[in-house]
Amino acid sequence: MKARWPSTQAWLMSEQPSSGRQAALGRAYRAWVTLRANRLAMIGLTIVLLLIFVAIFANHLTSYSPTVGGDLRTERLLPPSLTHWMGTDEQSRDIFSRVVYGSRLTLMVVALVAIIATPIGLFVGTTAGYLGGWVDTILMRITDIFLAFPRLILALAFVAALGPGIENAIIAIAITSWPAYARLARAETLTIRDADYICAIRLQGAGPVRIIWGHVVPMCLSSVIVRVTLDMAGIILTAAGLGFLGLGAQPPAPEWGAMIASGRQFMLDFWWVATMPGLAILFVSLGFNLLGDGLRDVLDPKGLK
Amino acid sequence: MIWFRPCRWLLPLTRLVSNLAVTLLGLLLVTFLIGRVVPSDPVLAAVGDRASQSTYDKAFIELGLDKPIYEQFWIYIKTVASGDFGTSILTKKEIVDDIIRVFPATLELATVSILIGTLLGVPAGVLAAVKQGKLIDQVVRVIGLIGYSVPIFWLCLLGLLLFYAKLDWVAGPGRIDISFEYAVNPMTGLLLVDSAMQGQWDAFKNAFSHLILPASLLGYFSMAYISRMTRSFMLNELSQEYVTTARVKGVPEWRVIWCHALRNAAVPLVTVIALSYASLLEGSVLTETVFSWPGLGQYLTNSLQNSDMNAVLGATLLIGAIFIGLNQLSDALYSSLDPRVRKRL
Repeated sequence: MKARWPSTQAWLMSEQPSSGRQAALGRAYRAWVTLRANRLAMIGLTIVLLLIFVAIFANHLTSYSPTVGGDLRTERLLPPSLTHWMGTDEQSRDIFSRVVYGSRLTLMVVALVAIIATPIGLFVGTTAGYLGGWVDTILMRITDIFLAFPRLILALAFVAALGPGIENAIIAIAITSWPAYARLARAETLTIRDADYICAIRLQGAGPVRIIWGHVVPMCLSSVIVRVTLDMAGIILTAAGLGFLGLGAQPPAPEWGAMIASGRQFMLDFWWVATMPGLAILFVSLGFNLLGDGLRDVLDPKGLK
Repeated sequence: MIWFRPCRWLLPLTRLVSNLAVTLLGLLLVTFLIGRVVPSDPVLAAVGDRASQSTYDKAFIELGLDKPIYEQFWIYIKTVASGDFGTSILTKKEIVDDIIRVFPATLELATVSILIGTLLGVPAGVLAAVKQGKLIDQVVRVIGLIGYSVPIFWLCLLGLLLFYAKLDWVAGPGRIDISFEYAVNPMTGLLLVDSAMQGQWDAFKNAFSHLILPASLLGYFSMAYISRMTRSFMLNELSQEYVTTARVKGVPEWRVIWCHALRNAAVPLVTVIALSYASLLEGSVLTETVFSWPGLGQYLTNSLQNSDMNAVLGATLLIGAIFIGLNQLSDALYSSLDPRVRKRL
């Protein structure tokens, strides 16, 4: 790579970037170089990429159906073997295949929560920070109230009202996630609100909507994204907890938390039924935690390690 | 006028009270919205789907659903403020009585857990900071990372399988064996305290053997958090000049670490410990479900599974209020322990 494109790296690392895009790409490249040196973060990234890979190619990775079981007389609760890598469950379904397809649900939950909660948090935080005054007071009070709840409890209460199901679980988790991003976005906004370039745009006659959307939000984006990555392990655990309590994805969907709940009654004699999906949850949230830690070190070297 | 001398404590106190009041009001608003606005039929959510038409109509009027929404909220505040959370569909009792009955079990579990978490977490964090980058630091870090990543209910199941079913070191699910169930006279509701006060050491031992596994597993989660925070606070303190001064004047290293640095790190640590005590309430929901622990968490999940909305909202409100209370308490403790913050107020 280096030999064929000797100029690419130089272009990226240039001290005098000639365009905004070059500067942005250069910054990203420098962050990547730092991140690459962090071994644990690389392990985390590998795990996350593996999750995405498995979720996309789930139907090519296993020949068993995740929802329809085999012969109930002969293939029930088989221990892990070469034909069934993680054994089979009480309905003769291949657990490995259920874990593989379950990655789609996990990825969907994480992605949708991020897509719903991040814009809300960014909108509330930047608006409160930029406008200040009573708008700030009201918005931040609302944020504080949501932050005051323990997350799982609030999600539980919402799902109880909305009714169980994976869509409602996603909505509930998103409702409990945005306040942290709003706080962060507001803090970032306060530091740049009175910067010279913002004043310059204001003097040119730009309105608050244009300034917030075009100039404040992009500045807050990177730290919010890191925070979202750090939160993803928590999102996965909350979703699994809801699934375990029977409030998330409904059977026969191969949701990892719900799989643990159904394996619970066979725990004493057939340990693998509940153990395997738990290992999957542990593995994936460990990956997100490692990656998030690494990203934080790169973008905020002063932060708590 | 001597009585009007401006008191140093008055301003922070009023701020604390107004903060608390606004947040509690918000808490009420959230539970009100969850109970009345989110469900398609709030009456059904309150009385259950097996209620007769007359009960339904009565509840409709009682909930004030014929009135505008702000008036409904006002009625809700008034009833909750008078200590009336409604009746549980499941137990047919007042929610308040139910919660008073189950709360000590959770309190006992959470208290023992936070003790375990603190007693292990603080030394682990200090050691990791002192031996920064060495093997022990890595070990503490990995233990902490796993604590952040593992689903608590799964770990509880594995713990039960290993320590109860296979090794038989501890007693199984529940709070105490049936044979001791009615032997201990409930005074505080905390089984360990009650049995010890009545001198029933067999019951004490039995209750302890039931408690130790869930408490250790919950304690592990707070340990992960506490050790991580202790490490970063200690690293911060150890790089200060007073530490160098102490070393230069010949204070033994253990004294520098445990007496000088840790004492200064203890101030923010108090906040961390209070916060993790609050988050144990959250962790207890899943742990209690696995261990059939008859506490607030199990009450909440049981009510959820039977769509007993009054009970869910009552328990949510209580847990939220405790959470907020502990948060404010930790803020207050922080400012009263740290002279620098105290001066700023």
